[in-house]
Amino acid sequence: MMASELMSNELALLAIFILSIFVGFEVVSKVSTTLHTPLMSGANAIHGVILVGAIVVADHAKTTLEITLAIAAVVLATINMVGGFVVTDRMLQMFKGKSKSKKESGDDK
Amino acid sequence: MSRDLYDLIGLLAAVCFILALKGLSSPKSARRGNLIGALGATIATVIVFFYANNGQALNNQTLILAAIAFGVVVGVPAARKVQMTQMPQLVALFNGVGGGAAALVAIVEYLKLGESASTAVVVATVFTVIVGCISFSGSIVTFLKLQELMTTRPVVFPFGRQIIVLTLIGVVVSGGWVINSGSTTALLINGLLSLLFGVLFVLPVGGADVPIVISLLNAFTGLTVAASGYVLETTLLIVAGTLVGASGTILTRLMAEAMGRSLFGTLFGAFTAKASSDTNQVDTRPVKSGSAEDVAILLNYAQRAVIVPGFGLAVAQAQHTVRELADLLAAKGVEVAYGIHPVAGRMPGHMNVLLAEANVPYEQLVEMEEINPTFPQTDVVLVVGANDVVNPAAKTTPGCPIYGMPILDVALAANVVFLKRSMRPGFAGIENELLYEPKTTLLFGDAKDSLTKVVGALKKL
Repeated sequence: MMASELMSNELALLAIFILSIFVGFEVVSKVSTTLHTPLMSGANAIHGVILVGAIVVADHAKTTLEITLAIAAVVLATINMVGGFVVTDRMLQMFKGKSKSKKESGDDK
Repeated sequence: MSRDLYDLIGLLAAVCFILALKGLSSPKSARRGNLIGALGATIATVIVFFYANNGQALNNQTLILAAIAFGVVVGVPAARKVQMTQMPQLVALFNGVGGGAAALVAIVEYLKLGESASTAVVVATVFTVIVGCISFSGSIVTFLKLQELMTTRPVVFPFGRQIIVLTLIGVVVSGGWVINSGSTTALLINGLLSLLFGVLFVLPVGGADVPIVISLLNAFTGLTVAASGYVLETTLLIVAGTLVGASGTILTRLMAEAMGRSLFGTLFGAFTAKASSDTNQVDTRPVKSGSAEDVAILLNYAQRAVIVPGFGLAVAQAQHTVRELADLLAAKGVEVAYGIHPVAGRMPGHMNVLLAEANVPYEQLVEMEEINPTFPQTDVVLVVGANDVVNPAAKTTPGCPIYGMPILDVALAANVVFLKRSMRPGFAGIENELLYEPKTTLLFGDAKDSLTKVVGALKKL
């Protein structure tokens, strides 16, 4: 790869990084306290995509040490990702019950 | 699979993540948002198998698949079975293992970096190891605190501030050593110091502030994922990690604001405040303890009653019983509302989730700003297993760990009833003066038992 090509590649990554910061800020700038916990939990699950990185290094890994560490990373990342989405869904499931009870409570009072 | 196609599908996954965060910011779309996020993650995971080794089966593929299956077998039941009360620590734990995974990825990548690696890549690798380790050990400590496997109070020790600063210097210096020398020993020392720093960083944080720290560590993990995306030249990891890092930072600030705390004060408050040694004194002042019948009579003749739920409600799983009581009171013509403190329980929104599970009508859940002006017109406030969120010390005692946190002004009501297990102070470990006020009645016992007794007594009246 030529030096100039490398540079433009790095610049593109930098641009992606900076634009992502702004998107991240913008997307959650208005959120009610009620949703803080599920939002945190959902964001937590999203960074579980480190699983992709773990799979890539597990593919490259050659020595026993490297393989062991990489496989451990795959396990941890999977727990983070899968567990994270499931637990967030469980939290939000309970919110869903709320809108149902809204209608039901009509004859309560 | 060509690089272009891989990047294109990766872009699709990245869009899923953006939509997920957007969806999670609004109650209506939250659940769908989470599912879209899960879809994005699944896409990203599946396509890497077709790309990483030029379309051939991956090296160690069987091991990788077994590891994923194992992770699913561990993660899903944990997430499914966890009690509502323990969700915060589970999120902390998931965040910790994510940080650990990122650090491991960076370590393996470091071991394979040849001479040719650019300085920028080495720096990003070291950054991932450092922050991933901090996130891992810090999250484990928050887990231990929330699970009450260790003290929930700020842990302050002699020369704590000096030790933590020295550790931080050690982390930075050893990080520089790794970058200059490329030695594995240096990386090992750097990782260990980072783990130590994570522990020291979280130890002095008081119990009530732990959710803020979880959120911050969550943002940290996001940044490590972004950095490892740079090292591995995977755009998707950069986008996903940065999104979580940025939104996590904003969310941390929002949470701190909801608690009326500055982020700085939360993280470093324990260093600047004196160790609150006076909390350990056993207070021998008399309290007025009542029976379930007393409480029932008080409620029966009230015009307006406000229920303030706290972590004790969650522990006792008393959300259904409390609803039964509220319905009974409403049938007797008492105006009932729930006063919801934004951080009651162990996480923002914890009480909303819990009461929603018991189908409490949404209109009855009143947020702090709206309920506070109504307390002077309230006859009885029933505090169910809450303490810190109604503790006047937050207003009156500068230097106490919760000073400055907005509270529910239950002291303005005519009568206050506390359902408590014991005289033990709340999560933050601060004495509550309100317990000794003449207008306060205490009903000791498990919240569910006490509520059941009150409901029984009320039915007889």
